[in-house]
Amino acid sequence: MRNLLIFITKYNAFFLFIIFEISALVIYIKYNSFQKATFINSTNQITGNLYARVDQLKGYISLREVNDSLARENASLRGQLKTSFYIDSVAKHKVVDTVYKQQYEYIDAAVINNSINHRNNYITINKGSRAGIAKGMGVICPQGVVGKIVFVGEHFSIIQSLLHKETIISAALAGTKDLGSFSWSDNMDPHAGLLYDVSNSASPKLGELVVTSDLSLFPAGVPIGKISNLHSKTAKGSFLNMDVTIAVDFSKLQYVYVVDNKFAAEQLGLEAQQKKDE
Amino acid sequence: MSRVILLNLVRFIALVFIQVFLLKNISLYDLSTPYLYILFILLLPFEIPNLLLFILAFILGLTIDAFYDTPGLHAMACVLLAFVRILFISITVQKEGFDNEPEPTLSLMGFRWFFTYALILTLFHHFFLFVLEVFRFSEIQYTLARALLSSIFTVFLILISGLLFYKSKERK
Repeated sequence: MRNLLIFITKYNAFFLFIIFEISALVIYIKYNSFQKATFINSTNQITGNLYARVDQLKGYISLREVNDSLARENASLRGQLKTSFYIDSVAKHKVVDTVYKQQYEYIDAAVINNSINHRNNYITINKGSRAGIAKGMGVICPQGVVGKIVFVGEHFSIIQSLLHKETIISAALAGTKDLGSFSWSDNMDPHAGLLYDVSNSASPKLGELVVTSDLSLFPAGVPIGKISNLHSKTAKGSFLNMDVTIAVDFSKLQYVYVVDNKFAAEQLGLEAQQKKDE
Repeated sequence: MSRVILLNLVRFIALVFIQVFLLKNISLYDLSTPYLYILFILLLPFEIPNLLLFILAFILGLTIDAFYDTPGLHAMACVLLAFVRILFISITVQKEGFDNEPEPTLSLMGFRWFFTYALILTLFHHFFLFVLEVFRFSEIQYTLARALLSSIFTVFLILISGLLFYKSKERK
């Protein structure tokens, strides 16, 4: 017994190393899947507020670009207003339209923390459960798809960015509606992605737009990027592979919209029911 | 004694701020990202008890994790770093012959020793960190290249900060 104690005190550094390494490993495995709530991330009071402060300062630098992009979006939205269409039928009477029911609502939020140079990138925004954000919602910006919500705090939430090794989005070619899967490329280029598992009968064209499909959690038709190379070197899936230039410039991301799908709960409930029946 | 504690506290806060608000946004060609915050562990005094060293490394790692949204990742790398530091110092440094509370700085230990010290510890930390972050064998060459280039960047910054706070009278 005495010898054992002497042995342990002599090599105490090693035993302490084992103890601390294992406790860190436990935290790593337990919390990194974002399944459980933890305070060690950027939605807690201290880190969230610090990031928000610094972001206020940084916001001034890119005011001009943000204004430009907002003005552009305003212009395109104005184009969709009823008043900007010329009505060529003579008779006009108002109908209470019950065909359309609002499916998507958009919650705007400012990006307060963002990274693009890690293998797994996360974005923190300044709205949380109080604004109606819930886990699993999609996030877009005027240019295209940004990611999905993985963790929600009271005032902040974390987005798993498109630039993440586990983000896979159901995508489609804009012209022919051929389905495929989209993921970030392996070489950490924040502008490059990969569209794979497109059926062999599809005939994609260079520069064709890649958009979200009807199967994704985003509204259909949100742009993801453009095809930049028809035959990608990366071997993934068993069908056609294409390199894609991502539409969103993540390094300049300032404002995003969180997509609240009103029918998501119903759809998920149905699909869970179906899984139970199988 | 209290001077040492205060100095290290200031160093801790300053390095975390620099890391989180400045260096986090820096990346050369998507390959090289510096992690200067490990300088805090490198510069703790020689006489620090092992237990305290591990606790400080663990706390530093968790603090960085909180800002990087990677709970546990940096903590693991920092604890490994603390262990390598203990081994390296026990092999290369004779504890006697120092006056009160010496720290392994560039000005005290000389360029050759400090360079080897910073290089070896940074390599251990970065390789562990990057391999653990990706955790996928198919991207191994890319990961190793990133770890190596990031280590060079970090060591460069460590040496610059060492020269910035160089005190010539400390050298024997």
